Amino acid sequence: MLKYLIPLVIFIVLGVFLAIGLKLNPTEIPSPFIGKPAPAFSAAKLDNPEQKLTPADLQGKVWLFNVWASWCTSCRAEHPVLNELAKQQTAPIIGLNYKDVREDALSWLNQLGNPYEMSIVDPEGRIGIDYGVYGVPETFVIDKKGMIRHKLTGPVTPEIVQQTLLPLIAKLQAE
Amino acid sequence: MKPITLIFLLLLAGAGLAGVEYREFANPEQQDAYESLTSELRCLVCQNQTIADSNADLAADLRRQVYEMLQKGQSKEDIIKFMTERYGDFVLYNPPFKSKTVLLWFGPVLFFLIGVTFVILLIRRKQTRPPKALSDTERQKIRRLLDEGDRS
Repeated sequence: MLKYLIPLVIFIVLGVFLAIGLKLNPTEIPSPFIGKPAPAFSAAKLDNPEQKLTPADLQGKVWLFNVWASWCTSCRAEHPVLNELAKQQTAPIIGLNYKDVREDALSWLNQLGNPYEMSIVDPEGRIGIDYGVYGVPETFVIDKKGMIRHKLTGPVTPEIVQQTLLPLIAKLQAE
Repeated sequence: MKPITLIFLLLLAGAGLAGVEYREFANPEQQDAYESLTSELRCLVCQNQTIADSNADLAADLRRQVYEMLQKGQSKEDIIKFMTERYGDFVLYNPPFKSKTVLLWFGPVLFFLIGVTFVILLIRRKQTRPPKALSDTERQKIRRLLDEGDRS
């Protein structure tokens, strides 16, 4: 009896491990930034290149940092969700216009609506590297002290807003 | 050279430039460091390629970052630290030895040892099993067979 039971148990254990492995998403890489200060930058604003923004300007606020580009198809998918979120005015959304052309970016916002309190430009992707960006769109949640508390890779969905973002923003604002 | 040939050659030159990145290094050590680093860092967009192999935009940006840091005289360790601070250990093809990666490093050895123990146990069990004592009928049968053999 045991002779047959042992291989069966080994097979089941192996099967369970492989099944879990199949369901994992290899593009979701744990961010080393959680709980660390948001990397500093000083970047020109999209609508007004003369003006610059640094994360220090947002000290004392809970804010979302959303990496987007007009060439990015998933950004188009998440855009209505961001528009909706911006309407609720829970936390300002700052856009990082990643490796884009200013004119394209501006007409994209004109066409699809602008959920961003402001967008800053990163034409060469250098701020992106500092934030460990590897798949646009990405969204960071940054707390009042300027610490990164959460990171999303891929488009924001209404479910993510309801289940993750809104509760987290409320919690961080109470801190 | 005829002007038409010149134009043709210039057109070709453009195509060549588009595909290749030119990097100038101050010394051979720097070039070695560049080559070894770009073949040790994972491209996060196409995860089974190094940034040296990949054509992804991000890989090109990371190659530029490595190059610029080397030009500034930063060491390989500095650059690896820079990359892991931003992209995590996942960016390294050669994962560091930590409490989290113990299983990764020792897993294969562990499984090998389990296998070896299993085989040794199996062989021993076979060897030490004493030969079964013969029953009386078997003895008689053997005796008879042996006798028959003698007769022929």
